[in-house]
Amino acid sequence: MATGHDDHHHGPAKGLTRWLYTTNHKDIGTLYLWFSFAMFLLGGTFALVIRAELFQPGLQFVDPNLFNQMTTMHGLVMVFGAVMPAFVGLANWMVPMMIGAPDMALPRMNNWSFWILPFAFAMMSSTLFMDGGGPNFGWTFYAPLSTTFAPKSVTFFIFAVHMMGASSIMGSINIIATIQNLRAPGMTYMKMPLFVWTWLITAYLLIAVMPVLAGVVTMMLFDIHFGTSFFSAAGGGDPVLFQHVFWFFGHPEVYIMILPAFGVVSEIIPTFSRKRLFGYDSMVYATSSIAFLSFIVWAHHMFTTGMPLAGELFFMYSTMLIAVPTGVKVFNWITTMFKGSLSFETPMLFAIAFVVLFTCGGFTGLMLAIAPADFQYQDTYFVVAHFHYVLVPGAVFSIMAAAYYWLPKWTGNMYDENLGKLHFWLSFIGINILFFPQHFLGLAGMPRRVPDYALQFANFNMVSSIGAFFFGFSQLLLLFIVIKTIKGGKKATAQVWEGAEGLEWTLPSPAPYHTFSTPPPIK
Amino acid sequence: MSENGQQRKSFSDNAKLVAKLVLAVVAMFGFGFALVPIYDVFCKVTGLNGKTGGRVVYEAAAADVDLSRTVTLQFVTMNNINMNWVFHPEQNQIEVHPGELNEVKFYAKNPSSVRMVAQAVPSVAPSGSASFLHKTECFCFTQQVLEAGQEIEMPVRFFVDKALPKDVHKMTLSYTLFDVTENFVGTPKLSAN
Repeated sequence: MATGHDDHHHGPAKGLTRWLYTTNHKDIGTLYLWFSFAMFLLGGTFALVIRAELFQPGLQFVDPNLFNQMTTMHGLVMVFGAVMPAFVGLANWMVPMMIGAPDMALPRMNNWSFWILPFAFAMMSSTLFMDGGGPNFGWTFYAPLSTTFAPKSVTFFIFAVHMMGASSIMGSINIIATIQNLRAPGMTYMKMPLFVWTWLITAYLLIAVMPVLAGVVTMMLFDIHFGTSFFSAAGGGDPVLFQHVFWFFGHPEVYIMILPAFGVVSEIIPTFSRKRLFGYDSMVYATSSIAFLSFIVWAHHMFTTGMPLAGELFFMYSTMLIAVPTGVKVFNWITTMFKGSLSFETPMLFAIAFVVLFTCGGFTGLMLAIAPADFQYQDTYFVVAHFHYVLVPGAVFSIMAAAYYWLPKWTGNMYDENLGKLHFWLSFIGINILFFPQHFLGLAGMPRRVPDYALQFANFNMVSSIGAFFFGFSQLLLLFIVIKTIKGGKKATAQVWEGAEGLEWTLPSPAPYHTFSTPPPIK
Repeated sequence: MSENGQQRKSFSDNAKLVAKLVLAVVAMFGFGFALVPIYDVFCKVTGLNGKTGGRVVYEAAAADVDLSRTVTLQFVTMNNINMNWVFHPEQNQIEVHPGELNEVKFYAKNPSSVRMVAQAVPSVAPSGSASFLHKTECFCFTQQVLEAGQEIEMPVRFFVDKALPKDVHKMTLSYTLFDVTENFVGTPKLSAN
């Protein structure tokens, strides 16, 4: 097939412009993954500033305004800079290879949707150096804190959110077009790997809610600069409206961050159990039900805003209903492992930790869903512990599992299994030291987003901070392992893992620059 | 041959699908803004939020007073942050009969050395009874302009609907006074710090 005069079709271009101009899904996937890792370290640095300040009661290192900027930027960077781009990067790399497509459906737009991101985050981070400081109103940026009382840099924050939204929307349009139009002949919807399925649903969620986020920040922009009163009671608006519009975006957003994780885990567990995934169909239906329910539960974030009893009950029960499809998924993962010939390579360790710890986070979510109890828990460290349990050992662990799982396919080399396991155990222990005590702090009444606290919270905060530094610095090991794997290592076979099934494992390792130019046969 | 055919087909398929998805994005952006009136209508219909309605005409003939029932009405005033006016009701609470037209006066004074504009925003608790409190006259319907040092007595005329649920014996009408001077003169609102 390779013809001499046509070789620019067969390998990457040379030099830096390769990365600027690339339309290759593997290159763009790599860019997304490196970008998200950089943001993970940046957001992690902000988190360590927070934990350093909270190591002891009293004000040690930062003034309260900088502390608030750190909590805000940590949330924004981790959600929009680390977790979401990491999943888009995985989708870029894996979706075409899993469905037998030559590339993404819209390769030029793919390039654009990635290259917007570094500019968006450069702009958002630059606000930290501006007069009055960066965003200090929490990642949920409730009005009027983010409008009337915001630092002047809020306009840059708004435009940064617009840019991230545009990037996500373009990315999801691309993923939907790829999955719906570029599947190899014979790859019916119910034959698609679950990672592809969960991403298809996630992409639709993104299409539905990112424009609403763009809308809410646009309303803020108008309130701040053009004299409208969407969220100002003095002019006939309502600050509670902000919370409704924000959480209409915000709740599906949390599923955007976890559904692809479900997909990753549903790929890894069957491979290392050497069994087919138990209940494939029910997994698809459960994912769809979770996506649907995510649109009708948003006000459970607002139980204390003075909702009437009927509203509290509706949002309480609909929220609890989500535990049913989620329970189906956890049951299926465990049943897949049941009586399988398990082996515990690093991806499997992360996947099992995901199942266990995500379930813990799910249970605290159920506790928070109980409206009368929520009045006690809301805005305490219990909430912080809850969403960090679903996001860190949930979303982030699944991304790490995915990285170890597909790294041999990407680089052609096996990673160092011993170092991988060391990284897992350091992360697993670190994360629990970091976040488990925060449950107790929250139940004892410590409020979130405070730079200082009462003396009775000192011990658990110290433990939590030690865990934070332990976990944070362990991640440098991941960086080392990835670089070491790129540089060399034991050559990987095409199938890589003994139990692996799927189209991506029929390709040689490392995957050639262009794959499936002719559609593969589907069994 | 077949590869070319497939390629072309998928290109037009892509164009159609992308057009639909872009339309969905635009529609959802619009939906975000549509949530604003939807929210207002929802609050009005259900009476949530404690928001009272606009001006109502009192028809004395139609409104025979229910003397058998007495409802206590309490008045609360609050200044929004950075608002320095003296602002309080002349009576803290009154007893009214449903259907009867009442008047309460509120006192306001601008103690500052500049002309200021204020907007009062009412709220009723319990919020379920908000739609049963009808105002025929209220200083909250318009913005109030006070010169430096000026004081004013502002009336509120209202009646309680006879359809007020039987279990409501006490209602609280609260006013929050906002400083809207900057908005009033038409300059862009700046952040308060």
